[in-house]
Amino acid sequence: MSAIEVRDLRKSYGALEAVRGIDFTVERGEVFGLLGPNGAGKTTTVEILEGYRRRDGGTAQVLGVDPAAAKGDWRERIGVVLQSSAMYETLTVVGMLRLFAGYYREPRPVDEVVSLVGLEEKRNDRVRRLSGGQRRRLDLGLALVGDPELIFLDEPTTGFDPGARRRAWETIRGLRKLGKTILLTTHYLDEAEQLADRVAVLSRGKIVASGTPAELTGAMPATEIRYRENGREVVLQTDEPTRVLNELTGNALANRRELEGLVVRRPSLEEIYLSLTEDQGE
Amino acid sequence: MRLLRHELRGELILYVRSRELAFFTFLLPMILFVLLGSAYGDDTIDGYDGATFLEAGMIGYGAISVAFAGLAIVLVIRRESGVLKRLRATPLPAPFYITALLSSYLAAFAVEVVGIVLLGRFLFGVDTPSHVPSLILALLLGVISFCALGIGLASLIRSAEGASAVVNAIYLPMAFISGSFFSAESFPSFLQAIAEVLPLTYFIKLVRAIMLEGQEIWTQGTNVAVVAAWGLAGLIVALRSFRWEPHEG
Repeated sequence: MSAIEVRDLRKSYGALEAVRGIDFTVERGEVFGLLGPNGAGKTTTVEILEGYRRRDGGTAQVLGVDPAAAKGDWRERIGVVLQSSAMYETLTVVGMLRLFAGYYREPRPVDEVVSLVGLEEKRNDRVRRLSGGQRRRLDLGLALVGDPELIFLDEPTTGFDPGARRRAWETIRGLRKLGKTILLTTHYLDEAEQLADRVAVLSRGKIVASGTPAELTGAMPATEIRYRENGREVVLQTDEPTRVLNELTGNALANRRELEGLVVRRPSLEEIYLSLTEDQGE
Repeated sequence: MRLLRHELRGELILYVRSRELAFFTFLLPMILFVLLGSAYGDDTIDGYDGATFLEAGMIGYGAISVAFAGLAIVLVIRRESGVLKRLRATPLPAPFYITALLSSYLAAFAVEVVGIVLLGRFLFGVDTPSHVPSLILALLLGVISFCALGIGLASLIRSAEGASAVVNAIYLPMAFISGSFFSAESFPSFLQAIAEVLPLTYFIKLVRAIMLEGQEIWTQGTNVAVVAAWGLAGLIVALRSFRWEPHEG
């Protein structure tokens, strides 16, 4: 049985169709990335799967249970990191973790969680004294303390500086090694590429591409060749750059012409992502 | 039961750790009692011993402080910051959460009442209350009704920034008009007219009837009914508008 199975999932807020019929499956032990710009429907999708929102259509199974009908037993098996890190400011790191550990039947030892999220030095600090990145890591710790099978991470590194992002990535990779299934949303392409086994690109409530990061890169358009001819920009796209270049340069040499501003390049994953989601316009 | 105990313990720690709560809902009623008691304790108010009269008023003020300045504000802050939403993702059942939260405020109020009674006894020579069962029932009725009102009020407030302003603007004048600090008899008639509909007025009357006149709670039908009706109104609002998630944007 897959960890998550979503079929034709739909959700509207009034006239706005936030999720317009999406399908995806997350296998056990897999890190699955939902990638897309702000407003693409990532959080709505995840919050339906977490049991926060009712779907308008389609089916959803999370650990074999419909999240809309889920009970406490099911919540023992999932861990949730929401977009904002909300906690009790007056508790210490350990105090916060102990409080949450008590909500679960078989929690992971608090000390283990502290080191898993790298907060050993802050363990007795009050939450209000933590930096943004440290709060986010504690938030992840709170999601882990129940020792869940499946973890939802909604934009876990938004607003981080590069160093903090690297550290968060290391932690998330660590979870993968523990055999956890992870559903991650992000609007950072490199994050999806670094962490996810498979990615679905969401744009305006629809999945516009999916596959492993390598498959997405493989689906890239051909190599692009640009040069100027009589002041006009010429752009060629080809799957045989060697042959095309040979002909181009051969011709130019024979005619004693210069290929002005010649550029040969492959579009980056960034550009593919942008071309997939650029219809967002407004 | 283990879960409930665990959450109650957590809530008590949170209550004790919060300086604002400790001051406004716990210490302030006692401080005011000491100040007002020093000023008017030896006077006769409405024909009663001043300190005893004030002690009953301070217990009323303590109840409304715990429910409004405490529970209502805390609930709004927890909801708008996303803590309530976060808790919903854990296996902690909602009824356990609400019960533990409520119990922690009831416990705070109970300790506060003991503190006020001890202050009255040792600073102002007020007799330790008799008719204890009636008094306990009356206090429970009052603080639970006010907590229901507090939860209802919290459900109507949309932002954490405005929470304490709104709550203070309601409960402080209410405490004043209802006669927590002075006798309401000398108030102008329009204030007395407002006092006529406020739940705290009836709660204080109820407590004074028991503490000053030696009445039992079952002789106080009107006072009990008005306090309970307000509590029920709060409960209905709470059931209709309570939410776990912050108001977006």
